[in-house]
Amino acid sequence: MAEHDDPGRMTILCWSGDLDRIWPQFILATTGAAYGMQVTMFFTFWGLFAIKKPEVKVTGTNWMTKMMSVMNQENLSHLNVGGVGPKMMRTLAKQHNVAPPEELIGLSQELGVELWPCQMTMDLMGLKRDDLLDGLGEPAGAAAAVAAMQKSQINLFI
Amino acid sequence: MADITMTIDTSGMACPMPIVKTKLAINKLESGQVLELISTDRGSKTDVPAWCESTGNPLISEEERDSKFVYLIEKA
Repeated sequence: MAEHDDPGRMTILCWSGDLDRIWPQFILATTGAAYGMQVTMFFTFWGLFAIKKPEVKVTGTNWMTKMMSVMNQENLSHLNVGGVGPKMMRTLAKQHNVAPPEELIGLSQELGVELWPCQMTMDLMGLKRDDLLDGLGEPAGAAAAVAAMQKSQINLFI
Repeated sequence: MADITMTIDTSGMACPMPIVKTKLAINKLESGQVLELISTDRGSKTDVPAWCESTGNPLISEEERDSKFVYLIEKA
């Protein structure tokens, strides 16, 4: 069977909310979708910060979730970039015409990429469904993620 | 020269936009129609043939014109 008869599936476990991780998450997701692959992105832990509404701040609901949220940044433009200033990274990306994450997220939805938030980490961080972007899949668990990975030819943890 | 049904100009756009825009444009075409893709991304020289081969949409031609890369892709 020729490759293009069944482009297959790709699953990306998006665990980090750092800008230098969000970029490859969405660049590979949109590229996979451009190949006709059925792409699923599973957002867990800090990965959730890429798909929350920009105005939503993660405050946590108890001492532990508050600790988690302190380790986080407030919105995409403030995200850490492995020690490099996000502003510097954005400026560099702009100079080289790299699409901003906000645009890539919109494109991935337009291409039919499924974006699944992780229910467990939503609870951990005190995030509700309304705090997340519109058009996402139902919040799911590790079992749903593993089931998707089992059917995928390409599985990534970013 | 094949009849061009649609042209998309991705000049100034970096990876993965030329391929993503190509996919969105190809979706709008009928089988046998031809898409002209213009890109300034040097990576497109390997990305476009790879994408065409993998998706089964024939790459009819590729050329460099005024430091832009121009591809003709037929929808399978």
